[in-house]
Amino acid sequence: MAGAAVHDHDDHKPKGWVRWVYSTNHKDIGTLYLIFAIIAGILGGFLSVMMRWELAEPGIQIFHGLASMVYGVDGDAAIDAGKSMFNAFTTAHGLVMIFFMVMPALIGGFANWMVPIMIGAPDMAFPRMNNISFWLLPPAFILLILSAFVPSAPGAHGVGGGWTIYPPMSTSGQPGPAMDLAILSLHIAGASSILGAINFITTIFNMRAPGMTLHKMPLFAWSVLITAFLLLLSLPVLAGGITMLLTDRNFGTTFFAPEGGGDPILFQHLFWFFGHPEVYILILPGFGIVSHIVSTFSRKPVFGYLGMAYAMVAIGAVGFVVWAHHMYTTGLSLNTQRYFVFATMVIAVPTGVKIFSWIATMWGGSISMRTPMLWAIGFIFLFTVGGVTGVQLANAGLDRALHDTYYVVAHFHYVLSLGAVFAIFAAWYYWFPKMTGYMYSSLIARAHFWVTFVGVNLVFFPQHFLGLAGMPRRYIDYPDAFAGWNMVSSYGSYISAFGVLIFLFGVFEAFSKKRIAGANPWGEGATTLEWQLSSPPPYHQWEQLPKIK
Amino acid sequence: MADAHAKPQHDYHIIAPSPWPALASLGALILAIGGVAWMQALKGGSLNLFGLDFASANFWIFAIGMVIILYVMYAWWSDTIKEGKEGHHTPVVSLHLRYGMIMFIASEVMFFVAWFWAFFDASLFPGEVQQVARAEFTGGVWPPKGIEVLDPWHLPLYNTVILLLSGTTVTWAHHALLHGDRKGLINGLALTVGLGVLFSFVQAYEYMHAPFTFHDSIYGATFFMSTGFHGFHVIVGTIFLLVCLFRAMGGDFSPRHHFGFEAAAWYWHFVDVVWLFLFASIYVWASFGATIAEGH
Repeated sequence: MAGAAVHDHDDHKPKGWVRWVYSTNHKDIGTLYLIFAIIAGILGGFLSVMMRWELAEPGIQIFHGLASMVYGVDGDAAIDAGKSMFNAFTTAHGLVMIFFMVMPALIGGFANWMVPIMIGAPDMAFPRMNNISFWLLPPAFILLILSAFVPSAPGAHGVGGGWTIYPPMSTSGQPGPAMDLAILSLHIAGASSILGAINFITTIFNMRAPGMTLHKMPLFAWSVLITAFLLLLSLPVLAGGITMLLTDRNFGTTFFAPEGGGDPILFQHLFWFFGHPEVYILILPGFGIVSHIVSTFSRKPVFGYLGMAYAMVAIGAVGFVVWAHHMYTTGLSLNTQRYFVFATMVIAVPTGVKIFSWIATMWGGSISMRTPMLWAIGFIFLFTVGGVTGVQLANAGLDRALHDTYYVVAHFHYVLSLGAVFAIFAAWYYWFPKMTGYMYSSLIARAHFWVTFVGVNLVFFPQHFLGLAGMPRRYIDYPDAFAGWNMVSSYGSYISAFGVLIFLFGVFEAFSKKRIAGANPWGEGATTLEWQLSSPPPYHQWEQLPKIK
Repeated sequence: MADAHAKPQHDYHIIAPSPWPALASLGALILAIGGVAWMQALKGGSLNLFGLDFASANFWIFAIGMVIILYVMYAWWSDTIKEGKEGHHTPVVSLHLRYGMIMFIASEVMFFVAWFWAFFDASLFPGEVQQVARAEFTGGVWPPKGIEVLDPWHLPLYNTVILLLSGTTVTWAHHALLHGDRKGLINGLALTVGLGVLFSFVQAYEYMHAPFTFHDSIYGATFFMSTGFHGFHVIVGTIFLLVCLFRAMGGDFSPRHHFGFEAAAWYWHFVDVVWLFLFASIYVWASFGATIAEGH
């Protein structure tokens, strides 16, 4: 292993643009994914800040102006176009953040970089297919962006109606080409993820170093393995569902049209059979990352390692049979609702196993509050808040009142925007020295954490109150009674956006100062294989496979 | 490890950089834009991007995208076959390919789950009280009132026998290959391809003479989309087997090393099994108590 650390960094490395566009190297492809995720995250964040700016006060603030700027309409037409534009913004914000920010960052970026290294493999099982998984994302992203500039409903541009694209809003409601572009964007992004999932499963099953049994494998690899299975089995169902949308829209089929014997609720079933595993796809890699960071900075092995691994297996498996808890208000029979309430609440058990095991890992440990640990503890705290509201919303009776209110918006942003995104930043600050070889400024990174922590909590905590008071989601305007907390929420959004600027400055600073990080900046708590390599690792690592005792 | 260019001490295949993934993605973008333009043109709509109406050139955009994708498929798989012949497909790499193919088929199975879901949603619940419009359309029965169905024991049964027979001929080819009998391999494969083509022709004939249409009815929608996607997979599987036939005639495949053939055979069996489910549910079960169209 000492040999690997002094390995020549330039062997067989292609030069110039060919290295990136023709890449078959998991670390280079992971870097491409991370850059892509940052760009998409900035766009998705921009959309959300615009929405919060609009919602800061009752009445229409900015979207009539935006609409007249982008689509060249005036007067009352601008107000109508602005309302549609707001709907297009909510839809695009969701799709961009899920498919083009969180998934590329966690699975394409960090898993691509670290899973082969952690299991002692020289690369992914299918290095060339790995590259098409990445390169399918830019076309998908371009199609989604193009959809914002073409007609959807009469007098409107861009896909409205939310990321769930329910019919009839997505069929007869928006006959223009915008929805078709968005559907094909999802097809291509889905193909990218399915190919990536096949690659990860094959890599993890077949390429573990000699001696690394599944029960000795790092938890991040476990989390990616389970995530990959969820992707593999859920995405094709979405592909089928959105293909039905496409033929209903363009070729006269009636899958979702009751007047032809179809059923709009069928789409919700197909969508959420994908959509619910999808939310675990977004969070499971974060679980893996947080386990590593908590263990590293407590200088203790993960408490209850096997329990942690199989808790994720349980979450993944049960995650496939709870989808209709998104559909309590669609007229499901009482018995069906009972089942989905029960099954959904069962998920709190393995999730509780994970939360308690992270705390038990820290218990009695030699804890050092370095930057990644701050983000990981922030993750545990905020994800738990989102998890608890999730258990509440699992109750069909309560959900009847809270469905489609800001309470739901607050819930899923606590698990995603404060859960998954905190895990992404935790991973970024944990592995940045490994990936680049440079150490970032701890001061800037901590400022980023605290500004973000305050900002996102200000955005989303008041949304619980708004939801309980009955404010519905996906509207450009609201009654004056909701003004106070909306104002607070919007200020939180500006603070979070400032946090993003600190993040970008921190990256810039780290690359310009070039502080050498060394192979293992985190000390003896960091025990996984990536810390035995140089920083950055050699272009092809583990040419001599490591032996695991 | 003192020598930086020492040969890696493992059996994995570190693949050289390749232009095909990025080119395929460009093809996918062009294909998608051409597809949307084409669908808009069919409806008399337009697709204006950057001040240009793409709908007027819809077919050509779509065709260019398709040509790029097909060329990449040819070039990429040619590279894979070449690498196999150069000895890069060690036992562990060959195992990767097997895992990859199994999981690709698993994802395909889940794709068909969506179409079966649509079919059973409509056929098991044609008359739920709260779905007034649907119950009015179907008359509360499946097949919906006024729909005449195909006789399952006519051409569909014939096609079932064709596919089952093709499953045995591909197994014959496999056993011949394992015993080093190239003539048997070629004959078995040729028969399988012929049966696949026959199936597609019979299916096309049946489509042209179906007593119901693709439009405006959930019966036609579920029938044509699920059997249609199956038919598309039959065509893909036939081409896959045809490539194997050409490779076999050119001297490829050995009794120990022939994963390309095995992948084609697995895919063919998958297509076969999907058909059995389609036949049992859509053709046979849903015809109980239904009016069988005359002449079918």
